[in-house]
Amino acid sequence: MKAMAYGIARPHVMRRRSCALLLSGSLCLAMGASPPAGAANAAAPKAQAQQIEIRNFAFAPKSLTVRAGTRVVWTNRDEEPHVITSAGSLFASSKGLDTSDSYAVTFSKPGTYAYYCSIHPMMVGTIIVQ
Amino acid sequence: MQDNHDNEAGGRRQFLKCMAWAGAGTLWLMKGGVLHAHALGEGAKAAATDASFSFAQISDSHIGFHKEPNMDVVGTLRASVALVNAQAARPDFLLHTGDLTHLSKPEEFDTLAGVMQESHTRKVFYVPGEHDVIGDNGAEFFRRFGERQQAGGWYSFDHRGVHFVGLINVLNLKAGGLGSLGAEQLAWLKKDLAGLSAETPLVVFAHMPLWPLYPSWGWGTDDSAEAMSYLRRFGSVSVLNGHIHQIQQKVEGNITFYTARSTAYPQPAPGVGPGPGPMKEIAPGALHRYLGIRDVRHVQGKQVLAVTEEVLS
Repeated sequence: MKAMAYGIARPHVMRRRSCALLLSGSLCLAMGASPPAGAANAAAPKAQAQQIEIRNFAFAPKSLTVRAGTRVVWTNRDEEPHVITSAGSLFASSKGLDTSDSYAVTFSKPGTYAYYCSIHPMMVGTIIVQ
Repeated sequence: MQDNHDNEAGGRRQFLKCMAWAGAGTLWLMKGGVLHAHALGEGAKAAATDASFSFAQISDSHIGFHKEPNMDVVGTLRASVALVNAQAARPDFLLHTGDLTHLSKPEEFDTLAGVMQESHTRKVFYVPGEHDVIGDNGAEFFRRFGERQQAGGWYSFDHRGVHFVGLINVLNLKAGGLGSLGAEQLAWLKKDLAGLSAETPLVVFAHMPLWPLYPSWGWGTDDSAEAMSYLRRFGSVSVLNGHIHQIQQKVEGNITFYTARSTAYPQPAPGVGPGPGPMKEIAPGALHRYLGIRDVRHVQGKQVLAVTEEVLS
């Protein structure tokens, strides 16, 4: 089974707050990416998703430059699980990603987002949002 | 679990038979302050006769892993425990040096605990691997398997004149770094060892190697040198780790380092291949040659530590 986990960069979390006020927290969780994220999607219209492969204990590409609003999707191609973790907690961490699991974060605010695997910390990568 | 296909079931039976031949762990014999490592098997029986006590180490069970080269990690763990049970002299306790599970899932911990209950050895000491602390910083692991001595999960105990220390080096890892002990644990370790005479044999165990074995694959611990500086005054120190799914040894003064095999699957030698994932290209029936149990026996009397290692065959 392919489990999809969705995280979101902090700026979107702020923007989503008005939506979250209308919906109970659990409902937001239960609905996952679709309706509440609609607000985020509206703010960042149809930017293409950028893919990062996790293979042989490395992120490829290791450094990725994207435009604000881009959705970045990591997919684990290793037999080992990995955990996407923002250095400085600028975006939410993924769950443990088993083989073929993916995790997505939409980056709405320009900046440099360093991240690593919390259980294999020598695995580091950077998202540069312009 | 019921197998639907006869062929599969037969294959697994055959595989487990192979496992039973080789086992998956190490028996440690303490002889006069001298630590001897033996693969569990025929040779260990004779060697055990003059040991003052023994304990067995197993590691890296990865319950939840279900890919090549091992579709049945529960079966290979069970075979390991059975092999420990088959020892003529029952080990005083077991050590599990981490990565009990693959993904820290409650049902994986359940399975591991169930298999370990099949052990005739009454006590098992655990330290977590990085696979056991995913998502909750080890809360579930420590709730089930912790010794509850210190808030951080590390602990020590004395057994028949030998001081044992269990360290945690898989939490609060820093971007770009390796395993980590942290200042709080190091301060505790220094204090824990302070009252011991230099003649006390020490056995220190943790999941990740406590020496820079192969840092570019993450095989090391950032602040292990500080910990080793506390151990150096002792005449007999053995440092046991898991994590790398193969036997590696190193001697540094009076400190001898060992890494254990996995009960689940082997990993390549340092730097061989693109990364430290499972070795998938194992010939059918040959997996058992890569798995191991470690067994330690202790002999009272001598102060010098010497260690021998035998590989499963």
